[in-house]
Amino acid sequence: MRKFAKLIEELDATTKTNRKVAALATYFSKASEEDKLWTIAILSHRRPPRPVNTTLLRQYAAELAEIPLWLFEDSYHIVGDLAESIALVIPNDDMNSNKSLAEILEELILLKAKSETEKKAYVQQMWMQLDYYSRFVFTKLLTGGFRIGISQKLMTKALSQVTEVPEDELAYRLMGDWTPGTTSFEELIFGRNEQAYVSKPYPFYLAYALENELPELGDISEWSIEHKWDGIRGQVICRKGEIFIWTRGDELVTDKYPEISELVKFLPNGTVLDGEILPFIEGQIGTFNDLQTRIGRKNVSKSILNKVPVIFRAYDLLEFKGKDFRNLNYVQRREMLDPLVGEVSNPALQLSERITLNSWDEVTSERELAREKRSEGLMMKRNDSLYRVGRKKGDWWKWKTDPLTIDAVLTYAMRGHGRRTNLFTDYTFGLWESNEEGNMELVTFAKAYSGLTDKEFAEVDALIKKTTLERFGPVRSVEPTLVFELAFEGIAFSNRHKSGVAVRFPRILRWRKDKKIADANTLDDLKTLIPK
Amino acid sequence: MKQSDLLIFNSKGIYCPKAQVYLDPWKPVKQAIITHGHSDHARYGHKNYLTHHSNIPILKHRLGDINVQGVEWDEPFQINGVRFSLHPAGHIIGSAQVRVEYKGQVWVFTGDYKDEDDGVSTPYSPIKCHTMITECTFGLPAFKWKPQEQVFDDINKWWQSNKDEGKTSVIFGYSLGKAQRILKYLDPSIGEIYTHGAIEKMTEVLRPQLNLPKTNLITKETTGKEIQGNMVVAPPSAHGSPWMRKFVPYETGTCSGWMAFRGARARRATDKGFVISDHCDWQGLLKCIKASEATRVICTHGYTDIFSKYLREIGYDASVENTDYEGEKDEVSSTEAKETA
Repeated sequence: MRKFAKLIEELDATTKTNRKVAALATYFSKASEEDKLWTIAILSHRRPPRPVNTTLLRQYAAELAEIPLWLFEDSYHIVGDLAESIALVIPNDDMNSNKSLAEILEELILLKAKSETEKKAYVQQMWMQLDYYSRFVFTKLLTGGFRIGISQKLMTKALSQVTEVPEDELAYRLMGDWTPGTTSFEELIFGRNEQAYVSKPYPFYLAYALENELPELGDISEWSIEHKWDGIRGQVICRKGEIFIWTRGDELVTDKYPEISELVKFLPNGTVLDGEILPFIEGQIGTFNDLQTRIGRKNVSKSILNKVPVIFRAYDLLEFKGKDFRNLNYVQRREMLDPLVGEVSNPALQLSERITLNSWDEVTSERELAREKRSEGLMMKRNDSLYRVGRKKGDWWKWKTDPLTIDAVLTYAMRGHGRRTNLFTDYTFGLWESNEEGNMELVTFAKAYSGLTDKEFAEVDALIKKTTLERFGPVRSVEPTLVFELAFEGIAFSNRHKSGVAVRFPRILRWRKDKKIADANTLDDLKTLIPK
Repeated sequence: MKQSDLLIFNSKGIYCPKAQVYLDPWKPVKQAIITHGHSDHARYGHKNYLTHHSNIPILKHRLGDINVQGVEWDEPFQINGVRFSLHPAGHIIGSAQVRVEYKGQVWVFTGDYKDEDDGVSTPYSPIKCHTMITECTFGLPAFKWKPQEQVFDDINKWWQSNKDEGKTSVIFGYSLGKAQRILKYLDPSIGEIYTHGAIEKMTEVLRPQLNLPKTNLITKETTGKEIQGNMVVAPPSAHGSPWMRKFVPYETGTCSGWMAFRGARARRATDKGFVISDHCDWQGLLKCIKASEATRVICTHGYTDIFSKYLREIGYDASVENTDYEGEKDEVSSTEAKETA
């Protein structure tokens, strides 16, 4: 555990990519096979399920630190991170257990089924037997969310240095349905496990946002233009009579979308499709908000299937008849994909059509139609582009529609997390609406915590502290004085929100210092933006 | 506040109505007793200053030609029948607690303080009182300092390893207090120590009172080559400024109690955070309050709401008063920025 904690400390201590890769490579060259495997699992979000809930963890910590629970909670609000707060308040700094990372994780897997008394004894004992940083890392393993700025890409790079397996090959090997319980380091990195292979997705090729003027892309005839669909990016894999649906977040969702898993009956074995899972209601693409009602559900009921049916809109063919197609060019892949979708002829499988356009001006006009066509912009793919690994520049570009915007008033503020703890950087915004008495009041409609510079955040933070009305734990209500222009990607009616409207990916576009709160928009203004 | 209180809080500072004297006032007054030289406690514009002897050179350096009188530790003096004395607070060199006594009532104002003996300031000594006015900059159970030997050992190891990689070490600490504490414990056998102007000037003022290693002022003529592998001590405001350019390649380290939080370190964008403070940690505050035997505690700055609530729970008559004191500043200090000009 000490070695793993030391690794996390080193990774956390630097923002420099080279140094992170070097720290990982050093660790991978020294750690035991079991610890290496677990490290890869943790850094690729394959943690064992949470054995103890956080409410209990807080109680255990307060008890061990001999402080009242409220004092622990208040400290946590200020520190901003639960594992860190626990590590800080526990009064031990000398002891250090010799248990390995793998041993501890295996204990955590078993812990889940144990009684509360046993859980408490185990967790408190571990806290007292680990030094500060190991305790922090251990608690992170208990609580989940291990965000330390290590992308899969960095880990793969370091692993490649140590194992001499090429990065793209490793990226592929690390994907899919494995856990440290089902494989070994040797097998994962060097071996060939037929069963794991059947369900394994390919690493996704991701586009960058368009950076240059369109004509700089060259001749339009060299490009394929499609709409960019606003659902969940996914791969549909059909091998050996089985079907698997993977999301781009490396999550296996086969059971969540029975409409799509039905395709196992129609797709030939050895087929891998890349495309978008989309809600499709009454012959029309729904909003992301519609899809959200399906994402969270473990059991898909009949009524939800009727209410929000989904389809898979395919735009790429990565494997066909068991052959890896990623080294064919895009047009070649499409020339196989398009007829395949036609032959399958199932309403759950649609094609993301390539639009024939003759000039960049026509591309610009097509983008104007995005909202009407229920897309979030355009994708531009070079006809001769291979299917690459990860986010690469040059061959694929996304060009989203300009966001919708509205001027709203800041009403509540909360302390930020991570590097923003101690600053009020998470804001709630309201729009005007007349209440029952006919007076205008601010109704909450969105939260946003990005879009300002550090300097602006500091300035707003100071104003929040000056204009605080009430405090509720980490949240403060403030006197409404500040107006911000908010941008968001999508908008829909919603009965889950007090305002009756849900907006997608809201963020701050700019601070309208020139506007008074009376100049901010009304809720009715917002509703006019909802597509009919 | 009650009518009979020996010290009250008004718009100008902590005031003793009987003696007509202010303690660390933040607005100009006639008579000011100053606990220590940090700019939020020792301000411009008072008619008469009274402080511990060792603070006089600091005050004169910062505030210019002021009318100042010095007293010794534990040397009582009377003002309008009120008995005052200064006692070491251990915060920085010269930092004092003010003891105020009138008709058997004893109050102590701690100023800023810490209970760890840093080997630079006169060590803190607990003073018995009925009412204690205390800071609580780090008044949360999340703050727990390590003995300074461990931290300075880490700093010297960090310096050595940077040097081995051909890099310069740049360490940030306030020009008054933290900088001298750092200088005192840097290991000159590793390399040369270079200083920013603000730190060099303040250190010059304090050298007669302290035994500090040799430092080299960084001037326009100083080349990156001669600094390479050595140690640079700079105020926090220098971080990220063009002044740093010639040290490339370098590693930065920040010395502050706030470095206990990962978030604070990330926000400062410093390579390494060293948790070292000139204030008490949680246990330190509780220990000092207990040692004072005070029953009433007034909290002035820091996590006042939380700290006083806890004190009330464990049986103290604790309350909060607003002041203009800042404790250990989390963000780059504006005063420090001025000094660098």
